[in-house]
Amino acid sequence: MKPNLILHVVAKFLIPLIIIFALYVQFHGDFGPGGGFQAGVIFSAALILYALVFGLDAAEKIIPSHILRILASLGLVIYAGVGVVTLLLGGNYLDYTVLGSTQIAGQHLGILLVELGVGITVAAVMLIIFFSFAGRGRV
Amino acid sequence: MIDIIINITLLAFLAITSVAIVRMTNLFAIVMLFGIFSLLSAGLFVVMDAPDVAFTEAAVGAGISTVLMLATLALTRNRQKNPYKEAPHAHRPWLPLFVVGITGAVLVYGTWDIPRFGDPNSPAQTHVARYYLENALPETGVPNVVTAVLASYRGFDTLGEVAVVFTAGVAVLLLIGGRRPKQTLKQKDEGEQDET
Repeated sequence: MKPNLILHVVAKFLIPLIIIFALYVQFHGDFGPGGGFQAGVIFSAALILYALVFGLDAAEKIIPSHILRILASLGLVIYAGVGVVTLLLGGNYLDYTVLGSTQIAGQHLGILLVELGVGITVAAVMLIIFFSFAGRGRV
Repeated sequence: MIDIIINITLLAFLAITSVAIVRMTNLFAIVMLFGIFSLLSAGLFVVMDAPDVAFTEAAVGAGISTVLMLATLALTRNRQKNPYKEAPHAHRPWLPLFVVGITGAVLVYGTWDIPRFGDPNSPAQTHVARYYLENALPETGVPNVVTAVLASYRGFDTLGEVAVVFTAGVAVLLLIGGRRPKQTLKQKDEGEQDET
């Protein structure tokens, strides 16, 4: 795309806000609407906006695709790993109660970690899909 | 009262959008209308007090999938081919219209048995929902019951969903991932044309 001053300025202004909103949705999901799925999608939307305005190469410099592949697996590993940790601590698989001193603390920590895993995987996979589709047109 | 007006307005816009999508042949405009359709659905979900679902619909339906479809359009073409170029007289609307009419009538008949919206005695409200609403806060300390159910009570289900998302990413990478250098692709296309 031709460099467009208005698009560049507006995108630079919007992208940090979108990322902060994604983090808010991610970590405030316990208290308000939202959670890992929504936060991951919003986060990837910020980077997709960057890629649309500044070009695919610039976006891939921020997050190279090999790191995206690692992140996509990492989120799933965090989620499944929380389950394994609860097994090792003597609880059932994904029974977060054993993670903390009290049931509330354990559940809270477990839900936070699991949502983080969801968010990382969703954001990475959305970006992988976008880069794959958009990268085809560039050849 | 205001809810009813908003609902009717949103539903009317949804219907108009779907008719426009069916009648259009410009795929670029259709993709844009899909985004509008998702945004209207998100509005409907907000009116129904389901902000979590509305969030997802707005972000995925109106945002990401629109971008993905545009990226796909950039690879293909943005006009639909006329399907009836060969034999326009072979198109008879009466049988499809009959089938659609019967199906619609059966679906409308099916809605008669659906409990009223928000009916406290409907099966969805009397099964486990009551347990979640009463015990989610004391058991998990999470005020948003949707998050508590999603991440804690149905942790296995969500783990499976994340695995599905991951699998989708792996599948896309396997099918169209990686970049093909410009030169080889061009040569390959020319080679195929020569063979035909």
